[in-house]
Amino acid sequence: MLRYIAGRLGQAAVIVAIVATISFALIHIAPGDPFSAVMDNPNVSERVRATLRAQYGLDRPLPEQFIRYVGQLARGDLGWSFSHDRPVHDVLARAVPNTLVLMVIALVGSFALGILIALVQVARRGSAVDHALSGISLFFYSMPDFWLGILALLAFTYWLPLFPVGGAVDPVMHEYMGLGGRIVDRLRHLALPALTLIVLASAGVARYQRAALLDVLPADYIRTARLKGLTEREILRRHALRNALLPIISLVGLSFPALLTGAFFIEKIFAWPGMGLAVVNAIGTRDYPLVVGGVIIGSIMVTLGSLLADLLYAWADPRLRDH
Amino acid sequence: MPGQTQDSATINPARPRETPLALGLRWLLRWKTSRAALMVLGIIVLTGLLAPLIAPYDPSAQPDIVALKDLPPSLAHPFGTDPYSRDVLSRVIYGARLSLMIAVLATIVSLTLGVAYGAIAGYAGGFVDSIMMRVLDALLSIPRLLLLIGILVAWPRLSVGALVLFLGFTGWFGLSRIVRGQVLALKHAEFVTAARALGASRRRILLRHLLPNLVSPIVVAATLGVAHVIVLEAGLSYLGIGVPQPQASWGNIIQDGADQVSTLWWMSLFPGLLMVLTVMTLNILGEALRDAYERRS
Repeated sequence: MLRYIAGRLGQAAVIVAIVATISFALIHIAPGDPFSAVMDNPNVSERVRATLRAQYGLDRPLPEQFIRYVGQLARGDLGWSFSHDRPVHDVLARAVPNTLVLMVIALVGSFALGILIALVQVARRGSAVDHALSGISLFFYSMPDFWLGILALLAFTYWLPLFPVGGAVDPVMHEYMGLGGRIVDRLRHLALPALTLIVLASAGVARYQRAALLDVLPADYIRTARLKGLTEREILRRHALRNALLPIISLVGLSFPALLTGAFFIEKIFAWPGMGLAVVNAIGTRDYPLVVGGVIIGSIMVTLGSLLADLLYAWADPRLRDH
Repeated sequence: MPGQTQDSATINPARPRETPLALGLRWLLRWKTSRAALMVLGIIVLTGLLAPLIAPYDPSAQPDIVALKDLPPSLAHPFGTDPYSRDVLSRVIYGARLSLMIAVLATIVSLTLGVAYGAIAGYAGGFVDSIMMRVLDALLSIPRLLLLIGILVAWPRLSVGALVLFLGFTGWFGLSRIVRGQVLALKHAEFVTAARALGASRRRILLRHLLPNLVSPIVVAATLGVAHVIVLEAGLSYLGIGVPQPQASWGNIIQDGADQVSTLWWMSLFPGLLMVLTVMTLNILGEALRDAYERRS
């Protein structure tokens, strides 16, 4: 078990190193100077340009630049964000918690909803309910994140104004609210982006989980349980679901890239002040260091997520735990 | 499993072994759902191919930027017009053409890379394989959208051809893992040993003996891959770093209306619906094919 954990940790470290190398390559294979947009900008003062050149050592040979870059990364220095006029890690440090809130809620919500849908489907497999739910989950599974986000915004803030249009808090009134009011205000702003992300992600979970449950149903122990006289519901809950739990954990690990991607679009559409909004806005302003910083942090988040899921898997699977 | 198909060929020598593609098509035509999906997809593809004949207007013409802009759907403009007075229906039709073309070409690029990488890693085995797989793990852990954002922001104002290449370059990781697994499993199969004993070269074994056994996972991956690229390209175009204006793709039509989404709802609704329909049919077909191949093996 310890050996497994050590091996998996080493693997994650290698992945992060390769990600860093790729993002270095990204910066350097780009045509011209990656900061030419800034360099051409007359509003950027000579002092900032000089700092930038010194900071990135753009005149140095590539290997030396790479070593510098790795050293900076290791110290958490992701460079300077031109559009925010602050260090990139500073911008991202404020944004990442908001993204994490959204992702964690979406993760928990979508797995709860997805598993529930799958259970209902499998309990009535082959029925009209099963087919209808399959159709619905395929529909949402096939939907681009940003499109559902736009529709949700359109439907529930403009046509049926149940939720505020965007942001994390009311821009004017939040300061004047009491503690309770502030919490309600935050939740009201969180609700629609979180629900949209939950709906998007749960479609995939439901489809996967339905297949996983149907896979275990022909197993001998299920037949034994049925012969023992357990009801179909009990069989599902106590035997099938429990054995389909390990695939759920690996699905959690696999779902982080899609969840993060979804969060990017959802944040943009609902102006949720997370990493996605920061990076997407940086695309518009061609703030390249912030974009690359977001790519690096996003990849590290995904790597850590799947690492956690793998460790959880090793802990939950008795066959792996005892080794 | 290849051994079994070999067996069935010897049991029934009168009927030549069905190619995976023919088998897939036969299965698709058997089920009502996949038959319907095939038909809907066919209509969408035809619409895209025949765009110049079908589209009622020129997709980039801006006839009257004052009087004809932002018109809601009407008989003259069933999908309305955009802020530049362009006809949205015509743009959606041309968008189908471009979005589908990009997705298919990018998927071809990914397939080529994925099969090559996976086959080499699986066939080489050992140290080379484990290095190649570690690199793949890293590539897989970068969300594809983020990677593309990183690349596309560095190259502003890219042509569609370059976009296709980048979409293709970032889409082969998953497939090459499948291919590698298959090659690894088949490497020591008897028919490979036999070919080697007969003096076949490595390249011949890979191309003539292993590759034909990979057709079914490749067909499935290609179908689902096209669906994925359609969504991805739309997302990038929505972010303004995909298909450049004035060309229409489903994503950038939605982007054109995104600033005024509350009033120009028709600009998000119609291209999005068509996109969901396309992606849905591709997902149905891809899964039906996967079922067909699994059931056979």
